Order: sequence, then structure tokens, then C-alpha cells
Amino acid sequence: MTDTQAQIPVTVLTGYLGSGKTTLLNRILSEEHGKRYAIIVNEFGEIGIDNDLIVESDEEIYEMNNGCVCCTVRGDLIRVVEGLMRRPGRFDAILVETTGLADPVPVAQTFFMDDDVRSKTRLDAVVALVDAKHLPLRLKDSREAEDQIAFADVVLLNKTDLVGEDELKNVEATIRAINPAARIHRTTRAGIDLTEVLDRGAFDLNRVLENDPHFLDADEHDHDHHDHDGHDHEGHDHDHHHHHHHDGGMSDIHDVTVQSVSLRGGEMDSRKFLPWIQKVTQMEGPNILRLKGIIAFKDDPDRYVLQGVHMIIEGDHQRPWKDGEKHESRLVFIGRELDAERLKASFDACLAA
Amino acid sequence: MPTVAPFDLDGHCVTAAFIGGIPHFALADGTVHRLDHGHKSAEVHDGLLCAVPSLDNGSLLTGGEDGKVAALSPDGQVKILAEAGRKWVTGIAAGPQGAVAYATGRTATVRLGDGKTRTFECPRSVEGLAFAPKGMRLGLARYNGATLTFPATEGKPVELEWAGAHTGITFSPDGNYVVTTMQENALHGWRLADGRHMRMSGYPAKIKSISWSAKGRWLASSGAPAAIVWPFTGKDGPMGKAPAELGTRGDAMVTNVACHPTEEVVAIGYEDGMVLVASIADQKEVLLRRPGKGAITAMTWDSEGKRLVFGSAIGDCGLIDISA
Repeated sequence: MTDTQAQIPVTVLTGYLGSGKTTLLNRILSEEHGKRYAIIVNEFGEIGIDNDLIVESDEEIYEMNNGCVCCTVRGDLIRVVEGLMRRPGRFDAILVETTGLADPVPVAQTFFMDDDVRSKTRLDAVVALVDAKHLPLRLKDSREAEDQIAFADVVLLNKTDLVGEDELKNVEATIRAINPAARIHRTTRAGIDLTEVLDRGAFDLNRVLENDPHFLDADEHDHDHHDHDGHDHEGHDHDHHHHHHHDGGMSDIHDVTVQSVSLRGGEMDSRKFLPWIQKVTQMEGPNILRLKGIIAFKDDPDRYVLQGVHMIIEGDHQRPWKDGEKHESRLVFIGRELDAERLKASFDACLAA
Repeated sequence: MPTVAPFDLDGHCVTAAFIGGIPHFALADGTVHRLDHGHKSAEVHDGLLCAVPSLDNGSLLTGGEDGKVAALSPDGQVKILAEAGRKWVTGIAAGPQGAVAYATGRTATVRLGDGKTRTFECPRSVEGLAFAPKGMRLGLARYNGATLTFPATEGKPVELEWAGAHTGITFSPDGNYVVTTMQENALHGWRLADGRHMRMSGYPAKIKSISWSAKGRWLASSGAPAAIVWPFTGKDGPMGKAPAELGTRGDAMVTNVACHPTEEVVAIGYEDGMVLVASIADQKEVLLRRPGKGAITAMTWDSEGKRLVFGSAIGDCGLIDISA
């Protein structure tokens, strides 16, 4: 049967025009890394390499007809992936390059919402390229730049040679404020060990947490780099009085509308937690870009891991808790208009008695 | 007793059809195999995405990853009809008087029998295309509905709206109805006389195959553990009526359907490679082929309805003869 063939990993590459996506693509296409990639691009543009496995595709966002506005998929990807998967064996993995202005969510959701695509492929990671020099400007004039960072598993802070160390630290702090769970790499000319970008298993429940040392440690990061030298703030309404407690809240960094809410607690009652997380993702789904968590359930020897995109949520028992490992539940939401206080209160209400 | 002549190929079979009476099997790798006094083949594309027989069944019209549109004749001759650059040719349809329509991204192109072409630039991707049974009229499936164009004249297109992504399209043989397959697990239909909507939903899976019965009285579809067959016998089409369910199995989904050219029976192909025929009138079933290696992806009857070609996702194809 066809279903027994291994699922092909898919890496999604986002980033504004000029952030270095083409450079990275050319590296992936030309370097010896032992894997063959089929690459889906919006335009052949400047990819200098002629390769049968580069497919041009018109970005086509389809709302699913289920009454949910955040349930969007990339219709063109469904078609292209179906076509590619009819001839397996030509490539080991798929890479999807998105346009600078693209919303990464429909791309990611395609790999969860379409049964055919889902049976043959698995989303590996979302990689965002960020131009160190121009990020502050991008964040000012677009929501997409922020979304791309918020949604990423790996952020390549590229063109670091064009800015000073202080500016770099600021940009890094901004990225961290938008997305505390992503792994950030500083690069010039997209020079990164490709193993840091490819085959990350970021959506694999078994690996999702092992890869990210920073994951769920948002409240341990210092948020001191808030001096915005050289930024133009006029016309913006900054709400500096909106400080939440340490478990999360709106970032102080200007031009950032995405927030993360990190929750921690002891052992949870699965009969309370599972209905709660279902309800939260149903009600708050449109506001949630990503969520990830490890949950310790009372009287359960296994760690329970979960991850989600908008209203799509996946959870599973991962592995037994190790001897001496603290039975702690941790959950992070990245999104907009999240009510941190309410999330915390309702999360705490799921704690086991 | 039906007899099965297996034809083991390697790769996903996109289309199986009789061209000039000869069984043809178009594989996704771009090779078209045929059973013409032995196994013969022709390299048509570097990656084949779609293939349909011409209306006279005299050639196989194909579109590929190489951006080419080709016509293959039963002697193995390949004629390139068009080249669309590096875009994939994702859909193709055969029209009257030698017309061919094909889709590349947001463009639908019609190549008339005399070689003249006409293009339709659409705001969204052209997902599926089909010619109406009469006149030079082309239907395009798109996001949020379907568009009916008139390639030979400057007539204004007719827009049929229904929210959601429409991936395939077909006209009923009498030309009274247009039905689309959707990204969601449903078919949608329009009665062209008054634009009345027909929702055909309740499928557990996406519908990849639809087929009109002889005289268009029924529309058979895949997407369930049975062939779902909608009645188009009354003036309201299937509205308010339950579909017939043929060949119901507990353990396998129907992946392909092909209605017999003259009798009201349906060939039903399953995900495990089984093929059977079932009668719409009394639901009687006859097994034609036991489960094989791959899901059935293509089936076509010959014009007399005596032979059936089938293809699978793995390449275990074959020819079934029911005349004996």
C-alpha cells in the first residue's frame, strides 16, 4: 500500500525580500549535505541553479469552508505536493519558500488540514530569515514580518555584519520578545550549518522540546535591551503601563504586537486540562499563532507533549519522566490579544488536587 | 466470467484509457505504456500531471511538469501542442472539433482545432476544467465557484458562486448541470437554467473521481467506503433525494469510479486495489479484480463496455474483459 512509504519532511522558509532566502536556497541546492530537495518557490527569480525539482507555484490561500476564518490552507501546495508525491524517490525532503509578505500560517496548516498531504508529508520546521539591519523598519510597516518571526522554529538573524553589536542585541531581544521559543542563529550571507535548519523535527511531538534549549524559558530571559536608538516612534501609541506579571504579557518592545504567555505549574489533572486546552484553542484559536507544552499529569508516568497552530492542536504521551526529573507542566502561547491573567488563572485551575 | 490481464508497471498511473481501441496507461513519470500486440511505450513528458482521451478517442492529450501539452497517437507519435515554459500544466480537457484546454497556474488556455489559442487570465488558480457536451463552452473550477467561458466567441463568462475551493468540474451529459469536486469532502452542483444550488456532502474523504452514467441519469463518486451515486433523474437533480450506495465495504475506501457506457452499472475501484462492478438498479455486485498492491487511481471502459482498463498508485495496472 502507498501509505507505508515514509512521510517526507517539509521545511518552510519565510523572510522578507532581501533577508537572504535566495542565498540560503542556493546553498541548500548546491552544497553536499547528502539530501535531495524538491523546492517550491513563488518565482524562480534569482535562483541560479537549474534543477528539475524547483517548482514555481502561485501562492493561493483558501479558506476552509467550515466557518472558521483562521482555517486557511495553501491550495497550490496541495496540488504541487500531490504531484511531487506521485513520483517519490526523486527527493528526500521538500522545501517551501514563501514570498516576503506571506503569512506562514496557511502554509503550515496545509500540512495538518489536508488529509492527502498529511498522509504523505510532515511539517519539519518553519525557518525565518531576518535582516538584522532592516528588521526594526519591517516591524514598523508590516504585520507579516512579526508573524513570520512569531511563527518560526528557527530564526536566522542574517546580515549581522551590517550592524553593530548593540544594534544586534536589540534586534535579538526584539525577536526573543516576539518568540521566546525559537532558536536564534546569527549569520552573515545565510552562513549556517544546514543541520541547524533542515530536519529539525520541530513539529514532531517526540522532538519538539528536545531541540529548543530556550523553549519555555521565556521568563528567564532578560528583557533589558529596550533602548531604541534611532527609531522613530511618532504616531505610535505605546502602552507602557501594561506590565503583566512575570509569567508573560505584552512585550515592551515597540512595534511588536505579538505576545507570548508562558505558564508553569505542577502536576495537572488530565480530566480538567484536556477539556480546557480544547476550549482555549477553540475560543482563542484565531489569536494563537503557536503553542507548545510539556504537561505532567498526576498519576501518569509519561510526559505529555502538545503543540498547536491556531485551532489545530496535537498532543501525545512522549516518554516516561526520568528519575529525579521535576514533574512540572509548562505551556507557552504565542499570539495576539491573549489575556495572560485569564489564561494563567484557568491553567492553574487545572492543577491536580 | 471476467478475465483480468495484469500489466505490471512501476509508478503512479494518472490515466488509463483506450486510444484507438488500444489500452494506454499514462504514468506520473511521463511515460505512456500501451498494450498493442505486446508492451510498448512512449516518453511524453518529464513528469506527467494530467491526461485525457480526445473526444474521438483517437489520441491521448497530456500535460506535464515540463510545461508541455502533448497529443499522443496510438502508434506512439508524440505531437507537442503547446509549451507553457516552466509552469506545471496541472489540468487538461478535451473539447469538440479538436479543441484542447489546459491550466497553468491562474491561466486557462484553449487551443482550438485549427491551432489558434485563446487564454483566460483568472484572478485565482484554475483548478479544474471541462468542456460542455454541446457548443464551445469551457467550465473552470476555481476558489469560490466556477466560471463558464466561451472560447470561440467574445461572450461574457458566466460566474457560478459557492464559497470554498473547487478543485474539479464536470458538465452533465445533457448540459443542464455543472458539478464541482471541492477541497472539502463535498460535491457542489448548479442547475444552469436557474442557477439553483445542489449540495452533495457527507463524504468521509475528498472526492477524487466522479463519473456520469449512460444518458446522465446518475452521477457516481468516490470519497466513501462505497460508491456514492446521486440521482439526476428528476428535474431537481439530486435535491431532496438520498444517493444510492454501491459496493459498500467496511475496510476500504472507494478511490475511483467509472460508469459503463451503455448500462447503468458502475465500475468501482478501492484503495486496496480491488475492482468490482455494481448495478445501480438492484445493487448486485460482481468482483472483477481482487485487491492488489496500490489504490486504484484510474479506470475507463471501452466504447462497447466490454473491456475495462485500470491503473493504480503503485503501477499494478491491467485490462479486464467482461465479454466472455
